Amino acid sequence: MANAPKNKILTEDQAVATIESGMTVGIGGWGSRRKPMSLVRALLRTDVRDLTVVSYGGPDVGLLCAAGKVRRLVYGFVSLDSIALEPHFRAARQSGSIPEPVEYDEGMLQWALYAGSLRLPFLPTRAGLGSGVMDVNSSLKTVRSPYADGEELLAVPAIRLDAAFVHLNRSDARGNAQFLGPDLYFDDLFLAACEPGRRFVSTEKIVPTEQLLTEGTFHTLKINRSMVDGVIEAPNGAHFTTCEPDYGRDEAFQKAYVDAARDADSWKAFSDRFLAGSEAEYQKQVASWRAEVAAAKEAKS
Amino acid sequence: MSDTVSTALADVVAVACAEAWRGDGEIFASGMGTMPMLGARLARATFEPDLMVSDGEAFFVAGDLPIGSTQKTVEGWIPFRQVFDTLWGGRRHVMMGASQIDRFGNTNIANIGPWAKPKAQLLGVRGGPGNTVNNATSFFVPKHQSSVFVPEVDMVSGVGYDRAAKLGGFIAARHDLRRVITNLAVLDFGGPGHAMRLVSVHPGVSADDVIANTGFELQVPSSVPVSRGPTDEEMAAIERIDPRGLRHRELPS
Repeated sequence: MANAPKNKILTEDQAVATIESGMTVGIGGWGSRRKPMSLVRALLRTDVRDLTVVSYGGPDVGLLCAAGKVRRLVYGFVSLDSIALEPHFRAARQSGSIPEPVEYDEGMLQWALYAGSLRLPFLPTRAGLGSGVMDVNSSLKTVRSPYADGEELLAVPAIRLDAAFVHLNRSDARGNAQFLGPDLYFDDLFLAACEPGRRFVSTEKIVPTEQLLTEGTFHTLKINRSMVDGVIEAPNGAHFTTCEPDYGRDEAFQKAYVDAARDADSWKAFSDRFLAGSEAEYQKQVASWRAEVAAAKEAKS
Repeated sequence: MSDTVSTALADVVAVACAEAWRGDGEIFASGMGTMPMLGARLARATFEPDLMVSDGEAFFVAGDLPIGSTQKTVEGWIPFRQVFDTLWGGRRHVMMGASQIDRFGNTNIANIGPWAKPKAQLLGVRGGPGNTVNNATSFFVPKHQSSVFVPEVDMVSGVGYDRAAKLGGFIAARHDLRRVITNLAVLDFGGPGHAMRLVSVHPGVSADDVIANTGFELQVPSSVPVSRGPTDEEMAAIERIDPRGLRHRELPS
């Protein structure tokens, strides 16, 4: 067995067991699109806290805020896309319960991850200059072009991650992962900006390597196994966010999620039902919830 | 020309939004939301045929794609990374929303009240900072009122002319806020020092109505024209692009 490749297959719970309080965790996807929700749900079940979370934020950020796990949040926005505002993130910001919010322009966030992935201290940009981002992030510094133009640019500091979670449509067992939808978002950068050891890809389906080109062209293979430490098979793992073309957003469930955030009692009922148990239990409860909704509709018509 | 008196407000506003892209040529016309998206597609369908428009997800689409339709003819791929590349390269004119806007075009979609502990957390700054210092930016405000047109925004998510001037150099030289289109009027930044100026009022609206709903001093020319309605060609294009009349839901007459 000395020559056998690394075994990277593990469960969500095994993956999040490597996360320690105080770590910096990057979460791929965008808004309510292809989020590694099964890994986020597993993280909710741990007693990890004081995380720095880096995300193009959606319900991942909302859930982690609601669970009180976020000390520092690096974000350009938090949105559910079809529902513009994320209720838990709003509540957390309005009650001041995120001790260190770090609000960036969307492009600055890309630059921070890109700099991190290239092991550069910063990357220069104009995005952010003159805006409130400079007013509320007093540690941001500018840099002057050494060339004839002499332009002063924002030096976006690199972000290095201790852990990265992304969800892809397909992966082989070794972490060669594939996106089949319209956009990779910045998933490759989240993995590349992360220290080796806790770079996790959850996937709809683990496929044999020789089948990686049966559903998409080679252009869809943007994540190679050197960028990945662990592979989790998680069918419907992005639920309730989009995972095109495997499934779209579960808009009805997303609405139920938002409605449940209205008050403490309804949120407790929601989390008791959907978030207290394992991922398998979550998927079972979602299926039965859908059946209930369909039956209620049937009864009405 | 359609009869101005009977023209629906949403159709006047659609034309006003489209007009923001006049003269832009072969760049990415990016509209955030129903009305800006309709405006971009209307401009391309009529007087600005070389514009590139997207489906709002990740594709450039050809033809008069109806809003919300999935029957699209893809002519290119524009994932978020390439959106950033395109806008940082200045090859885009975006029309976005604004929860607050001031006299020099500083805008806010991030939060209401102090940033440290907002009264109302909104989206966050999103791409506003990068947009406003890199590519042309216009704004669509469906409800023109003093709580939106404020003396000072609570968080600058989009950079206005006064702040751009302070930055100087490359940014000040190219900073380009084009138009603000509302349910009452069309405005631009043609006043002294790039202050906001009234360009036209929509049919049935007076300059005084606009002034009364603006929380800062507005530059008002001595004679303010009425925003034009759609031509017959434009009206036909509007019907093709928005056959379900989503624009009327956003702006009832």
